[in-house]
Amino acid sequence: MQSLVIVAHGSHLNPDSSAPTYDHADTIREAGAFEAVHTGFWKEEPHLREVLRTVESDEVYVVPLFVSEGYFTEQVIPRELRLEGWDVDRWDSDGLSADQATLTATDTGQTVHYCGPVGTHEAMTDVVVRRAETVTDDPDVGEGFGLAVVGHGTERNENSAKAIEYHADRVRETGRFDEVKALYMDEEPEVDDVTDHFTATDVVVVPLFIADGFHTQEDIPEDMGLTDDYRTGYDVPTTVDGHRIWYAGAVGTEPLLADVVLERAADAGADVGDAVETVRRETRVAAGHP
Amino acid sequence: MTANTHADDASRAEAADRGDARDRGNDVPSIDLPTAAIDALARAPSDDERSPTLAVDGFRVAFDDAGDADDAYVFETTDGRRTGLSREAFAEVAHEHAVAVADWYVFEHVVDDEGPRGAFLRWLEGATDRLDRLDDGETDAEGPDSTAVEAAIRDRYASLATGVTREWGELRITVTLADDGTRRYEIRHVDAAGIDRDHLEAHEDPRTARSIAKHDSDGRYRPLKTAPTLTAGWVFPDLDARECYETVETFYPATVANWDRERRGALDVSHWHETMARQTGIYGVIETWDRGEGHEHVEWVAETCCADSQCLKRREWEYDADTPLSVDGGDGVFPCREPCSLVVSAARQWTKLESESERTYEFDLTPSEKEQIEAIIDAVADGRVEEIREADVYEGANRYRTRFLRAKRFDDDGNLCGVPTDPDEGTDGE
Repeated sequence: MQSLVIVAHGSHLNPDSSAPTYDHADTIREAGAFEAVHTGFWKEEPHLREVLRTVESDEVYVVPLFVSEGYFTEQVIPRELRLEGWDVDRWDSDGLSADQATLTATDTGQTVHYCGPVGTHEAMTDVVVRRAETVTDDPDVGEGFGLAVVGHGTERNENSAKAIEYHADRVRETGRFDEVKALYMDEEPEVDDVTDHFTATDVVVVPLFIADGFHTQEDIPEDMGLTDDYRTGYDVPTTVDGHRIWYAGAVGTEPLLADVVLERAADAGADVGDAVETVRRETRVAAGHP
Repeated sequence: MTANTHADDASRAEAADRGDARDRGNDVPSIDLPTAAIDALARAPSDDERSPTLAVDGFRVAFDDAGDADDAYVFETTDGRRTGLSREAFAEVAHEHAVAVADWYVFEHVVDDEGPRGAFLRWLEGATDRLDRLDDGETDAEGPDSTAVEAAIRDRYASLATGVTREWGELRITVTLADDGTRRYEIRHVDAAGIDRDHLEAHEDPRTARSIAKHDSDGRYRPLKTAPTLTAGWVFPDLDARECYETVETFYPATVANWDRERRGALDVSHWHETMARQTGIYGVIETWDRGEGHEHVEWVAETCCADSQCLKRREWEYDADTPLSVDGGDGVFPCREPCSLVVSAARQWTKLESESERTYEFDLTPSEKEQIEAIIDAVADGRVEEIREADVYEGANRYRTRFLRAKRFDDDGNLCGVPTDPDEGTDGE
């Protein structure tokens, strides 16, 4: 029997941080591909240290709900899950290509397929595009639109920028949007100057963050000039310097992200049956585009 | 071969049931054994080829395939051994012993878990005899040989008929019997005991517990699931065994797993020092707070964060394996096996703050003002600020009293009695 554990950061301060984790877990649970679907957190409960104890299956697929490879996926999660013999070389990754490593959890004796983060999976590109469709309420959005994929930047983790560029490149290659740019919060090119980077009047801005919180709800809207004070809110779209900015909020809240979680597990060998198709269909309906 | 049925045995057993129950002033309910239970029981002897006999609490069944395959069931209880039973006769005998059969069926096939979940569901209804035997390494079941075991099952069913209630943190869980002998579970807040169900908001989906647990009664986010701040006013009136467990796990994640480990004498505790030594990144600094100069700082942390007034887990971790803390670990039913992420986060801040050297400041206060400052600290620390009435100026932590103190004793820079935090610069220095 196989179970899925979605692991995420969580928060002591922000009640919305865990919402995408729970939502995607529910979607996958309803698709019925796993005996059980669990959630574990670094800052909430069950904690990463104890989540495997709540799982009855002997075979567990662990998918990190993180946007990039780095400190959490490479050090914190394997350490706290007590994955015996973990070494980041087990992923043999260039910073984008982590797929999975099969290890034993010393705490429980379970076989753990430790997957790469959702943020670097190629299917995440589809979620970025879906997010653009959702925020514009247009399943065919693209022509006449620019798209900005926004990340934190390299301040803490160089792989963070790699993931942003990876998805921006992949969307650009489709030719669907007039222009596609990768922008950052703490390095050039900066999201503050979003309108300088586009000639298109309409620009969809999709932050590659898992949950809505301080960065996506306060920093980025204020930095882009959507509002002087995030507490007063902003319109979607908001006109800034003659551009209509369609600000999407965290990509991780898009229902289709459940599909990336499933694909990570499937890539690691999980038998997910037709759950991928089910989730793609269900999340399309959920997003209002039947 | 005809079925060796003994109608007298059956009526004796029923009479015994009724008699025992009358003696205890409580009725053993009649159980309408589900077909699935009979089917499972009939299959049981052949489920495991190595063990063609099923011996469980209260009875033993076997399939004697040496004889006529159609009349080969054996059903043995304290009342006797019946052999050569046809499938139909076997079902009849099972119905006669419906309580014992239902109990076996519920835990073997409905609960179907020998791990923490199964142990918890047994504990909820007081079915701990078998747990204790398993933990002691004894046989899996008493079989039909012990009248005490069968009596214990009947006793338990009599109790379940009216409901068996246990508390788990702030949860009040009541187990009752369905007509078919399976269990139904009701979960509500302990403070809602005695309130009519109709006056509580009813929920069916265990996942609803997430949103109930998310905020306290003042609407503030609860970052610690085991804080004693769960709201009341709701009820999960009718859960099955799995839903009950999921609901409990949603309110109090991983508490059952750790309780079960502790129950089996296998709780692994990560004490303060090793937990902090494990931290990296921004939390790596906490290790420097342990300076080999005693552990008073950890006493303060435990007193601050781990008292029952703050968390319902019972703290089992100490400074290290050889250095217990003197502060009370609490009385919670489920253990805390290592400093949680809130303690770690707070400890990081205290590590930074406690690296400061002490200074001597001189403030001029009236005796009442000194006591008022103490009252304000107490009120904040005990979470009583909101309780203090608007016009209750007799309370030191009253808003008007506190505003008066600030008006009188703070300078324009917010310095108490005009004394700068940093005496060299004459500023508050942050």
